[in-house]
Amino acid sequence: MIETISDIFNTTAKYIIPLLLMGIPGYAIIVKKVKVYEVFTDGAKEGFEIAIRIIPYLVAILVAIGMFRASGALDLLLNLLSPILDSIGFPKENILLALMRPLSGSGSFGLLSDLVKTYGPDSLIAKIAATMFGSTETTFYVLAVYFGSVGIKKVRHALLAGLIADVVGIFSAVYICRLLLI
Amino acid sequence: MLNYVWFGLMFISVIMAIITDLTNNINGVIPPIDPETGEAVLSKIELVTSAAISSAETAVELAIGLIGIMALWLGIMKIAEASGLIALIAKLVRPITIKLFPDVPPDHPAISAIVLNMSANVLGLGNAATPLGLKAMQELQTLNPNQETATNAMCTFLAINTSSVQLILPATVVGLMGVESSKIFITTIIATTLSTTAAIIAVKSLEKLPSFAFQTNENLTIKDITENSEEDIND
Repeated sequence: MIETISDIFNTTAKYIIPLLLMGIPGYAIIVKKVKVYEVFTDGAKEGFEIAIRIIPYLVAILVAIGMFRASGALDLLLNLLSPILDSIGFPKENILLALMRPLSGSGSFGLLSDLVKTYGPDSLIAKIAATMFGSTETTFYVLAVYFGSVGIKKVRHALLAGLIADVVGIFSAVYICRLLLI
Repeated sequence: MLNYVWFGLMFISVIMAIITDLTNNINGVIPPIDPETGEAVLSKIELVTSAAISSAETAVELAIGLIGIMALWLGIMKIAEASGLIALIAKLVRPITIKLFPDVPPDHPAISAIVLNMSANVLGLGNAATPLGLKAMQELQTLNPNQETATNAMCTFLAINTSSVQLILPATVVGLMGVESSKIFITTIIATTLSTTAAIIAVKSLEKLPSFAFQTNENLTIKDITENSEEDIND
């Protein structure tokens, strides 16, 4: 049952983007007689401006994270945390991913691929990792880019709330997988 | 807070690298030349330096790489807007958005951008979600009395975004997990529902705390105001 539902979802997923690319302009030109080409290029111009505006914020955040990884500080943090997390049933193989997830999308995707390759997609570690990856976001990146694009400097409670959501997502991933997939 | 996190990450990295190099030198743990390859072994501080430089390059590549996708989705969104599709979706989910964003007028363009961003997230369309989210931030900024401080609506929007509401697994994860991805489909939905609920509860409780209170323009010092007006002129 579960497999059928998810198969339907994931098969549908392949068609979503093409259908949107066909459906939205299709509806606009046929039903509403919108000049789709002109309107499209008009909107597309904004993409360029926004992408350029986020560069300084991206540089700031990626440099700090890159340094943190390269210095070995991330590894130290892992070694300190692993006995505590071990005692609450948190697999130590998944700790690095949990720490990386809020910091870097490409970094955490790299770790996820590594875990799947090492332990196999049918292992609990890989399933926990994939659930973790799917249920949390790269909080620091999103915050830096979204706030950066409009020049917000004081983020108030957004960072803390985002991190709370990440922690809940990460622990949920571990315990839900242990509950449902063993 | 971002100030301290950002500085803290770099500060810890540099100190950590220096300490590691010093202890390695004293103990003679790492020879200056790798006996197998014959190449010089980089010290931690050199690794940190190259990480800083290469990350800065990656940041620009990432941003430039975004231009094409952003242009595509913002163009399509403009069409959706012009044909009245966005107004239609926004009307359907209005009961939810009014509860989540009480400070934003229900007919404001920010609401439609937020709705579209969330729809893209729910459908696992990460690439489409970012431009729509940035658009939503721009619209929310027009309602902001203090251009440098995040409003409650912005924080709520960001918290929901970072908790990653989604029904369909990202294509990248499906690619990695293959047939097994059907098993993590349900676990991901449950975990993501919990994290989004936590995000909403957290953001709504934290916004009431005095230490996170919103500062209006009146509280800014004269220096801040002159700096702002200078920036306006430069724009």
